[in-house]
Amino acid sequence: MDHNTRNWTSLRPDVEGSQILDLPNGKYGVPDMMMHGFQNVRSGNTPAHPLQHSEKHWHENKKMMDFAMLRNLQGLHAPLKLQMELNITQKMRRLPGLGSSHVLEESLTGRDMMLDFEDIFNDPDEVPLSSQPHIQMEKRLNIL
Amino acid sequence: DGVVLGADTRATEDTVVADKNCSKIHYLADNMYCCGAGTAADTEMTTQMIASQLELHKLNTGRTPRVTTANRLLKQMLFRYQGHISAALVLGGVDVTGPHLYSIHPHGSTDKLPYVTMGSGSLAAMATFEDRFKPNMEKAEAMKLVRDAIAAGIFNDLGSGSNVDLCVITKDKVEYLRPFDEANIKGKREGNYGFKRGTTAILSTEVKKIPFDIVSTQVVTSRSDSAMDTA
Repeated sequence: MDHNTRNWTSLRPDVEGSQILDLPNGKYGVPDMMMHGFQNVRSGNTPAHPLQHSEKHWHENKKMMDFAMLRNLQGLHAPLKLQMELNITQKMRRLPGLGSSHVLEESLTGRDMMLDFEDIFNDPDEVPLSSQPHIQMEKRLNIL
Repeated sequence: DGVVLGADTRATEDTVVADKNCSKIHYLADNMYCCGAGTAADTEMTTQMIASQLELHKLNTGRTPRVTTANRLLKQMLFRYQGHISAALVLGGVDVTGPHLYSIHPHGSTDKLPYVTMGSGSLAAMATFEDRFKPNMEKAEAMKLVRDAIAAGIFNDLGSGSNVDLCVITKDKVEYLRPFDEANIKGKREGNYGFKRGTTAILSTEVKKIPFDIVSTQVVTSRSDSAMDTA
């Protein structure tokens, strides 16, 4: 049994070295402000908020951390089995245009016992516009 | 075997008082209350979130939640947001293991202590505590000490003011005393600058008719096409 696989992830999603930034390269390997403009949010050079990267990958990072801990405690089979179950549940979706309830996925990850800001604000039921289901279905089946 | 929480009631927007009587002691559970300093919206939303999570936890486990559970939930949430949620909290409550008091800073560090203070008036209040705190005080003495600490903050710090709210949590009941002590009552206006009727004596009254002279008369006829057409 190999217990030295220290694949611990960081407590918070880490930025350094994990992002691939496509900074436009001018001469001398430096982003050319005359040609390409300043760093701004719309073009994707700069994050909108210091916590943007951290919040985007929060749940995934927590899952990686738990799996790393399980792997070091119980062996490789534990995270593999849980990941397999999660993969199956993530494939179960309704037709596009209809929101699915993610019941099994939430009960596997434990999200059904937790209340977070995502449950209170930004309710997906209150999204004003939804695109046409025909287009979404064509996109899903690659007929488009 | 109890916890006394105290807070002032002033909410400021920089140098202007926004709310003269806001309530800073928030409900978390039946046996736990939390005082919040910092941004008012942050403390309000954070304590409401944690209160709902505690209720969910209580329904799941079937037991009254412990104070250390609330502490852990708050600490993990505040660390996740790296201090951008500026909520400095004093959490106190009584559970099966006894009374507990925690202070939680905006970046997520917590301390478990016999007496804690937070906020802009924390130095004045801490000075009072450092002078007169003794372990195992009686309830009345403890309430007076907390009231004096908050009063020290009210009178010596510009960010604190108005009244003192107290919350006494014991094993069986919670006393939420709002206001416990009104330290700043708005003064009544002493006098009136207006004059009463009859201050100046009336000597005589006279009614006169003013004649008008007719200077000229003019008759104007309207054009026939713009006249009212009743046909």
